[in-house]
Amino acid sequence: MGYDWDFGFLVSRVKNGDETYLDWLLQGLFWTLCVALSAWLIALAIGIVVGSARTLRSRWVAGLAEAWVELLRNVPLLVQLLLGYFVVPELLPRELGLWVKQDMPPALTAIICLGLFTSARIAEQTRAGIEGLPAGQRQAALALGLTTTACYVIVLLPQALRRIMPTLTSEFMNIIKNSSVAFAIGVLELTFQARQMQEDSEHGLETYLVVTLLYVACALTANRGMAWIERRTRIPGYLGSSR
Amino acid sequence: MDGFDFAVIRDSLPFVWQGFLFSAGLTLFATICGLAFGTLLALARLSGHIWLSLPATVYVNAMRSIPLVMVILWFFLALPLLTGKPVGAERSAFVTFAAFEAAYFSEILRAGILGIPRGQLQAAQALGLAPMQTFRYIVGPQAIRPMLPILLTQVIVLFQDTSLVYAIGAKDMLKAAEISGKNYNRPVEMYVFIGLLYFVICFGLSRLARGWSRGRFAA
Repeated sequence: MGYDWDFGFLVSRVKNGDETYLDWLLQGLFWTLCVALSAWLIALAIGIVVGSARTLRSRWVAGLAEAWVELLRNVPLLVQLLLGYFVVPELLPRELGLWVKQDMPPALTAIICLGLFTSARIAEQTRAGIEGLPAGQRQAALALGLTTTACYVIVLLPQALRRIMPTLTSEFMNIIKNSSVAFAIGVLELTFQARQMQEDSEHGLETYLVVTLLYVACALTANRGMAWIERRTRIPGYLGSSR
Repeated sequence: MDGFDFAVIRDSLPFVWQGFLFSAGLTLFATICGLAFGTLLALARLSGHIWLSLPATVYVNAMRSIPLVMVILWFFLALPLLTGKPVGAERSAFVTFAAFEAAYFSEILRAGILGIPRGQLQAAQALGLAPMQTFRYIVGPQAIRPMLPILLTQVIVLFQDTSLVYAIGAKDMLKAAEISGKNYNRPVEMYVFIGLLYFVICFGLSRLARGWSRGRFAA
């Protein structure tokens, strides 16, 4: 294959501007991490609440939580993103919609959409974690006179979340990968920069190689970080626990 | 927003149908090729020969740690360089999804095979079955049953993922809706419609898969 490999282009200037391609790359990395990490916080908060709600006795609450999960799970993330970007501003009150369209950064739309999308998946895992606990845990908590909220916050969730740490790890790696979809609404993250650099520099293969390696590096870092948290939070006495 | 215009949706149906056929065809093709290639990958990883299992492991892990959009862009850029002529977004998408899904299918298949008790293999050996016979009559049939619901879920995920060919401009269901929305200047209607369409298809399929697997495993 007669391709001229040249990674030196990274430090050269872009066609119309003072930045170098390396600047674009670093900007991409920043936005990828920013979108993924912020969305992760939203996803965790909503996912844990919705997942807990699915295990409640109340049919109404459990049904609403199920509808939330099914709705977000059965529409592609890209479509949700486009809905959030093009449709939601039209449904808001006039001034607010105008502000969203003109002044709100697209990254915020991406963070909210990605967060909601992932919340459905975390909800399913949380539910599985709670349902996997022995029934005696809930019964004992209620027998002690704890309210339902206290029962979840003090007894059920601390155990359930620690048991689902491995699936949360892969979900955290997923959210970094999924943040790549944000290119579609013009967020300047890694995938957006990859396409832009490829067009601007005509060094497509080098660009994609570097961007791919950055994604792999993010995934590995996330994996190691989560493994550390996993070790710290492991429940003694369970399989996989060394204590 | 001045009223929801249903006429746009009706008028663009033939075009969206074309897009749906592409998305469905891509899903079907990627499922069949991905399963075939994925089986080979899973067997290579389980074979115990380092020169078979190592490349397969590297391939599967690489595919699984890169975002699908990047894989789509990679193939779109690299395929023409390899073949020496332009490939086109649609054909590039077919190759990409077959290669990408194989990695995910192989992991499901591998987990299914690993879930079989070792005694089954030992019994097959004791009976004097050859490796291919063991796989065909002992491991395969037992592995496939608990795997089916997971495989079906993966196919639904795959159908949703086909929307990402957006990145290279292939005309799938989403792209068709977007083009119609632009042509009629009613993007809101078309995005809402396509969102609903994806939901109905995927929700329907997942319910079908759930009911089917329940009925099947009840016995």
